[in-house]
Amino acid sequence: MFAIILLNLRTIPLRFWMSLASVTAIAVVVAVLLTFLAMANGFRTTLEGSGSDDFAMMLRSGSQAELTSVLTRDQVNIIAESAGIARDHKGALISAELYLTVDAKQRNSQSKVNLPFRGLDERGLELRPNIHLKAGRMFEPGKNEIVVGEAIQREFAGFELGNTVKLGNTEWQVVGIFSARGSIFDGEIWTDVRTLQNQFNRGNTFQIVRAKLVNTGDVNPILNAINADQRLNLDVKTEKAFYQKQSQGISNLIFYIGWPLAITMSLGALAGALNTMYNSVAQRTGEIATLRAIGFSGLPIFTATLLESLVLSFVGGIIGTTIAFLFFDGISASTMGNGFTQITFQFEMNANVFIQGIILALTIGFSGGLHPAFRAARLPVKQAFATIR
Amino acid sequence: MNDDLFRLHNVHKEFSRGKQKITIFDNLCLHIKRGEFITIMGPSGSGKTTLLNMLGGIDKPTHGQLFFQHTDIAQFSESQLAKWRADHVGFIFQFYNLMPMLSAERNVELPLLLKNLSRAERKKRVNAALTLVGLQERAKHYPRELSGGQQQRVAIARAIVTDPDIVLCDEPTGDLDRTTATQIMEMLQTLNREFNKTIIMVTHDPEVAKYSSRQLHLDKGIFTDLETAA
Repeated sequence: MFAIILLNLRTIPLRFWMSLASVTAIAVVVAVLLTFLAMANGFRTTLEGSGSDDFAMMLRSGSQAELTSVLTRDQVNIIAESAGIARDHKGALISAELYLTVDAKQRNSQSKVNLPFRGLDERGLELRPNIHLKAGRMFEPGKNEIVVGEAIQREFAGFELGNTVKLGNTEWQVVGIFSARGSIFDGEIWTDVRTLQNQFNRGNTFQIVRAKLVNTGDVNPILNAINADQRLNLDVKTEKAFYQKQSQGISNLIFYIGWPLAITMSLGALAGALNTMYNSVAQRTGEIATLRAIGFSGLPIFTATLLESLVLSFVGGIIGTTIAFLFFDGISASTMGNGFTQITFQFEMNANVFIQGIILALTIGFSGGLHPAFRAARLPVKQAFATIR
Repeated sequence: MNDDLFRLHNVHKEFSRGKQKITIFDNLCLHIKRGEFITIMGPSGSGKTTLLNMLGGIDKPTHGQLFFQHTDIAQFSESQLAKWRADHVGFIFQFYNLMPMLSAERNVELPLLLKNLSRAERKKRVNAALTLVGLQERAKHYPRELSGGQQQRVAIARAIVTDPDIVLCDEPTGDLDRTTATQIMEMLQTLNREFNKTIIMVTHDPEVAKYSSRQLHLDKGIFTDLETAA
């Protein structure tokens, strides 16, 4: 059987152009699918990578995103006393934060987008251990100074170190660039929370309280405190759970656009694969008939034909994944998140994405090769000889 | 009767063309002894190729019995017939039917792949077959690098490499010039006389038919000379 399979594969150059068309169609389908999957993957990684079970996030009850939450200073002070929140000699490890949107322009398209502008209190940085300054320095409280994530600097115009940008009605100086290691914070602008409250007339309100937990992942003591005090109309989640929920909607949307699109395109590629394989069987009628006459049974003929289709589709899959990897892996993009702010993320190819691409390619190859393989195996020998006489 | 290699008894063969049934043979009887060299001649549509296909196990009678030695191969399944062909039959075709992507020696080796033989044994048998047809020095050549006569000699080597009981030839010289045709026929005659191969050949050419020990003439599915079929 191995010899017949090899013999069949060696005849592929005789059908070069048709085989190439089939390989190309499959490569395009796989490349498109992988691009969508990489996008969904990158988006999910960015949001999920932003969260840790070491921290809790508290928003107004029922708020789906930071932007729709409001907390008062009184509520922040009460929650700071709750059990389950870590403390040190300076007090509770919490950061009450304000979160707004400001207008900016994308560097390449010049289109107008909303960027997240976050006010941190004095302990805000302590609660983000993955942040480090790449250039400049941190903002000083009371001054119109901002630090920006590296994705902001890369994707949006005017945020170079030392520049002054107008956000809202106020001008702000960029004093530092930070890296958040690919997390959502790379796409944020940060300043001192009180300065932000003043410049945007937000009084003494906040939108979120971030707190370090005493026990990793355990928000129950805080939940008990919230339930015991009617003034605390809050929801609490671990930071990881919060960002997972945030990522779900958009990444599912990208995922569920990607697969149906790929499946639709696959039908075209499948037609190409079927055509190639029927052509292959037709071209090899004489060979098949001769092999059958010599004494080969239908099984090696079937296997060889199906394997030819699988080999072509595998080559298409490899080319498709290579194209997707070379052109799309790591490219930066931004999209509207749940909070109506721009989330910047990078397309991310990984082994799982590659495997899905190869599986799709092999599925097309299998579906396209199955019936032609049956036809080849069941080709009546005398009829096959009649066609070549 | 015990010497019969083939015995066809009341063989009926018909084809369907749309709703119409076309009878090729009706109660055809034939005996073929081991070691015979038979040519089947007749006009187009007389049933020559259908008879050859049935003798080669690539077609079956609609009714009737087709004994190979003492076994009715008309009752065989497709897979049993495939195995039977591999064990007993060598085919030589008008257009050689060599695999274009394989060298001469690889083409000759193909039937041996169905046998449980070591690579060394296969190589030995391939060399012997190619030597017999005088093409050992062309073993590495591809069909496109060989003349028509050489390709047909490779096909003969492929047909005999498994040492089959029967060699079936369908117009083996139909695509060759007279000189080359003579060489091929002498080669087949040698196989018949020196190696006791039973050869059954379809041909239109009376010159070629002269090499055989018995000529069968078919017309509209009937042997015109009944004695020769007995």
